[in-house]
Formats: sequence, structure tokens, C-alpha cells
Amino acid sequence: MEEVKLLGFWASPFSDRVIWVLKLKGVNYEYVEEDPYNKTQLLLQRNPVHKKVPVLIHGGKSIAESSIILEYIEETWPQNPLLPQDAYQRAMARFWIKFGEEKMATICAVFRTAGAEQEKAIEEATELLKIMEEKGLGDKKFFGGDAIGLVDIAFGWLACLYEVVEKVSAVKVLDADTFPQLHAWIQNLKVVPVIKENLPDHQKMVGHLKRRRETHLALPNCHN
Amino acid sequence: MGEENKVTLYGMWASPFVRRVKIALKIKGIPYEYVEEDLRNKSQFLLQYNPVHKKVPVLVHNGNPIAESLIILEYINETWKHGRKILPEDPFERAKVRFWADFLQQQFLDSLCSATKSREEAHEKAMKDVFKKLTVFEEGTEGFFPNGSPHFEGENLGFLDIVLCSLFGSHKVGEEALTMKIIDPERHPLVHSWVTAMNELPVVKETLPPRDKMVAFIQSLRGNSLD
Repeated sequence: MEEVKLLGFWASPFSDRVIWVLKLKGVNYEYVEEDPYNKTQLLLQRNPVHKKVPVLIHGGKSIAESSIILEYIEETWPQNPLLPQDAYQRAMARFWIKFGEEKMATICAVFRTAGAEQEKAIEEATELLKIMEEKGLGDKKFFGGDAIGLVDIAFGWLACLYEVVEKVSAVKVLDADTFPQLHAWIQNLKVVPVIKENLPDHQKMVGHLKRRRETHLALPNCHN
Repeated sequence: MGEENKVTLYGMWASPFVRRVKIALKIKGIPYEYVEEDLRNKSQFLLQYNPVHKKVPVLVHNGNPIAESLIILEYINETWKHGRKILPEDPFERAKVRFWADFLQQQFLDSLCSATKSREEAHEKAMKDVFKKLTVFEEGTEGFFPNGSPHFEGENLGFLDIVLCSLFGSHKVGEEALTMKIIDPERHPLVHSWVTAMNELPVVKETLPPRDKMVAFIQSLRGNSLD
């Protein structure tokens, strides 16, 4: 069996999703912690284009970009499939994965803003989350249906990281009254053993995001 | 072809994203109905089939709408299994192709739009960014052509070829409209020979928007922003 190595960062939701998929598939791997502020030669060599984590190294071959890594894992280790078999359902799954990635920065903009700007960020996040809830999740237990799939994993940050984002930003966006289905989905996702057992330490994450928010708000013209 | 296999493509004549889907459908020999959308006055069909983004292209197959051009390409690859494969079978080769297609998709659009709509310093800056990234792309994809220059037998364009073709294939039209070089054979020999080889193929020629109309369109985009 060829060796599998994952270069990741404990606070990165993009790293987390790769860990979850590897564990759901029962793939053994070696985890290498990277410091994004002090990148190793290995990372720079294995992802010279973006210089970011996660990077999956399988039998010496490097794969970068988390959504591409997830599809690679799905195709290489087909046990416990996380994408639907039907081509149209797969296209729908890929649509929502892409939506989540494109809109993540906007949904998390509350973290980078304060005052009136943050109010606007809350509005925009609410609008996007409504779309995800109504058109993506609907009445389903998970985005994948009765069991979790790649879309749930790709949105895992919303279930786990986002409440920390809200806490350090002193806002509440994803509340149970406004988003009953998403709220139920979050509760269901959090108890999936692989997710539950592979979450970053809550307190550590609160401290980390607090510091990052302070740094961000102290920058001139930090709005983006 | 019965109603149950009907394929409809909602598009706009100048859109490179729509062109990708046209190329893929032609390569696979899939008959389809094309519906031109006026993006300033979107049809009820478009709004119904792509309620989230309200954009083209949208492919409707068996009444099921699929949006986002790269996702449509993957869908075509998986649904019509006969003939040429658009994506490689090997997962690693597939990941490489997806990576560089994603690079093209993510890294150029903002700068190209900015270059079209600005002049002088802002324009220079945007084009510098485009050239820098073209170099990264060129260096990263060198290994795809171990036998030398890109060469296409028949019409065996793949996922990455199609994305590159849609973005930079018509560079000469852009160059005429903006009076500047975009793909310089001295600066980016691989990309230049790659798009030149693709531009010889009938499937690429047949999906080209009318040249004069395209030049005027790009110039109007530029004109509208600079006034």
C-alpha cells in the first residue's frame, strides 16, 4: 500500500475536511502539522503554486486544493462512497461544494468587520445561508440525504467553526429560529463520530480567532 | 432522440463559459438545442433553471438543469460515456487537470476584466498580473507535453484544453480590441503553441463567436467603463 501523508494546519477547515474523508474511508495516513507563518520546505516543494495546506501526498504524488483532494480520495478509495452514483446528483453535490467555497469569505465577513460594516456582513451572510438552507438542504437530514456526503463534509466548517467565528465577532447569524433546518443539520453533523472526534480544540480555536480578529481590525483598510 | 434525452443549452454568444460547453457537446457528438439569453432581460427559464446564480451556461438534460461550466463538463463526461473522454481515467491525472483548470478559472478573470476596463497604470498592473500567472501556468503544465509541442489528433480536446481554449483561444480578438499583446510567443511559448494548435481544429473554429462582433463587444465593455 502506498504511503499517504497529509500536510495540514490544526485551525484550517480545509485541512479538517480532508482528515474527515480519510477517516471515513478508513485510509491510514501520516499527518504533518504546518505553520502557515513558517512554511516548511516540504510544503513549498509540494505546493509551489499556492504554498498552502492541505496537501495530500500519495505514493510520492502531491495533490493540492481541498475540493480536488476530496474528489481524488473518493476516486482512489471507493469504499464508503461520499458522492452520489447518479451523474445529476453528483453535479448537484459539486454545485453546492463550489457554492460553499465561493461564499465562505462573505459568510465569514462578520469576522473581519465591525460596526455598520458588520451589520451589512450579517445581512449578506443571512441571505446566503437562506439559499443554502432552502435550495441545498431542504427537508433532508444531511445535504447528502440520510447519510453524510461530500457536501456535508465541505460545509463542516459551518457546523463547527462558525459558532466560534460568531462568538469572537460578538454576533449571532446562524440561529435556530431563522434557520431551523440548518440548525438541525448542525446538531446531526456534530454527533457523527468521525466529525466529533476530529475537531480542533474549542478553547484553542477561540484564542486563535480572537487574536486574528484583533490583528485584522487593527489593519488600515482591512475591509475586503 | 426522444424527449427524455433532450439536451438544451442556455447561453450567451460572447461567453467563454458557454463556449466550453459547446465545445464539449460537439466533441461528444451530442445533439442539443441552443437558447440565446439576453442577460439584461433574463428569461423565466433561466431564472427557474439557475435560481441561485441566474447565469449562463445552464445545461438542461432530461428536464434536469446543471449550472456552472466546469460542473457541466464533468456531467457530460460522466453521462455520455461513448467516444472521447473529456477527463483522464486515472485519479491523479484527473486531479492535475482539475488543478490547472481551477487555476485558469480562479486566477485570470479578475485581472482580465480589470485590464479590459482600465487604462494606463491600472491596466499595466492588471496585465502584469496576467503575464505573471501565465508564466506559472506555463511552468506548471510543461510536463503535460513530454513529446514537445501540443498536438491534437482528431478533436481529442480534454478538460484543461477546453478551459484554456475558452479563456485564451481567441487572444488575437482580444489583442485587436485592446491593441496589445496578451499571448506573446516569446514570453509564453507553450501557451501560444497550445492555443494555436487548438485553433486549427474544426470544433474550435465552429464555436468561435463572430470576430467583428466580438471586437466591438470587448471595445464597448472597455468604452462603457472608461466614460
